[in-house]
Amino acid sequence: MSPTEVAGGSPLLEVTGLSKAFGKTEVLHSIDLSLNKGSVTVLIGPSGSGKTTVLRSLNGLERPDAGIVTIRGGETLGADDEVRVDFAAPAKPRMRQLQAERLRDRSAMVFQHFNLFPHKTVLQNVVEGPIIVQRRARAEAEAEALALLDRVGLADKRDSYPFELSGGQQQRVGIVRALALKPQLLLFDEPTSSLDPELVGDVLGVLKGLADDGWTMVVVTHELVFARQVADEVLFMDGGVIVERGAPSELFANPQHERTKQFLHRLLFPL
Amino acid sequence: MINWELFWSALGPIALGGLIGTIPVALASFALGLVIALFVALARISGIRVLSALARFNISVIRGTPLLVQLFVIFYGLPSLGLLIDPWPSAVIAFSLNVGGYAAEVIRAAILSVPKGQWEAGFTLGMRRSTSLRRIILPQAARVSVPPLSNTFISLVKDTSLASLILVTELFREAQKVAAFSQDFMLIYIEAALVYWVICLGLSTAQNRLEKRLDRYVAH
Repeated sequence: MSPTEVAGGSPLLEVTGLSKAFGKTEVLHSIDLSLNKGSVTVLIGPSGSGKTTVLRSLNGLERPDAGIVTIRGGETLGADDEVRVDFAAPAKPRMRQLQAERLRDRSAMVFQHFNLFPHKTVLQNVVEGPIIVQRRARAEAEAEALALLDRVGLADKRDSYPFELSGGQQQRVGIVRALALKPQLLLFDEPTSSLDPELVGDVLGVLKGLADDGWTMVVVTHELVFARQVADEVLFMDGGVIVERGAPSELFANPQHERTKQFLHRLLFPL
Repeated sequence: MINWELFWSALGPIALGGLIGTIPVALASFALGLVIALFVALARISGIRVLSALARFNISVIRGTPLLVQLFVIFYGLPSLGLLIDPWPSAVIAFSLNVGGYAAEVIRAAILSVPKGQWEAGFTLGMRRSTSLRRIILPQAARVSVPPLSNTFISLVKDTSLASLILVTELFREAQKVAAFSQDFMLIYIEAALVYWVICLGLSTAQNRLEKRLDRYVAH
């Protein structure tokens, strides 16, 4: 039994044949992916390999040319309450918009450059989605937001503006903003790549805590130590295809493909 | 010698002209003009070819023709088509279209200056474009556009003097009346200039305050 497979359950997320080209450049070539509830999937690979595009496609920020994305309901939403988008099927702009929205209903994204709203305080950033989009009561949304901020050690920053925070603090707010949406799926796009090295640990610590709590996560990262400790499955992408996948213990210790070996070697021995 | 008596007695009517003419015409035209500008700017960046072309055409005509001519077309020209508009509304129409043309480009640039990631952060929270625009993008664009829009407003206040030529009771028209009556043109026109200047100084102060307020969330 592979580490992402849970006996009896069908996967929470299933991606088949995801393909995309920008003009003549093929950035994704028939990507297949499947992951179970509570699992952590890490995408690694050189820049331009397509890993960020996969992630953005799952959140409807990018529209693939073909492929099917299925996100199943699970316990909270009922087993048949699933979102299924077939990108190859012709769709009018309105339909495309609707499809993107349905994907965003289920997932939340944490960005490399945080993308916090600079004109809103920390608390306002976090409750924006719950109150404005999900139409939840302010008191309830704020109480939950404060509990989440407290969890990442930022409760005392609730009234600060993003520019008053360090990069690591900003990214933790970014994570809390995503959590506040209560998504089924958390997507992280190189969450530590724009941080000073000494701040990376804080953010990775938060990610590890979320994994321990059972959040389902897809993480694009270059942090191999994180991948080794936290991932259930690691996918190595290059040139728009998944070259190799497996449990981190196997993939890192015993990579099968030449390209994987070279990539890992370059990361471990940059000189 | 300066005729101080004339100066003080003329200040009343000139200031009153500013109060009931210049300032309300400027405020109404600016408010209306900003609404026009916002829609023109959105049309420009809509990606819909017809809308964007119409918006570009509008901006080109407004910026490419003199304000005085626009004013005359509306007030003296339209009546020949059977469209008779009073001086005050004629002035507000001409000035707000003018502001609409100039401010549209300012607002468009301000919207485009907000990083794409801000739109995406809104989308990932589940917002539609319109919600992202209203709650995320425009507040940030507003900060960027305050200085150039203040310039537009200050220019507008001064341009309202053109309305004297279509018989609007405003600051300069009142000054002209006093000047004609007293024959002391130098004094009265300098006085009119001073009153404009005071109004614009007040606006500059307001602009500084507004900029400070909107700057509270950026690093210095």
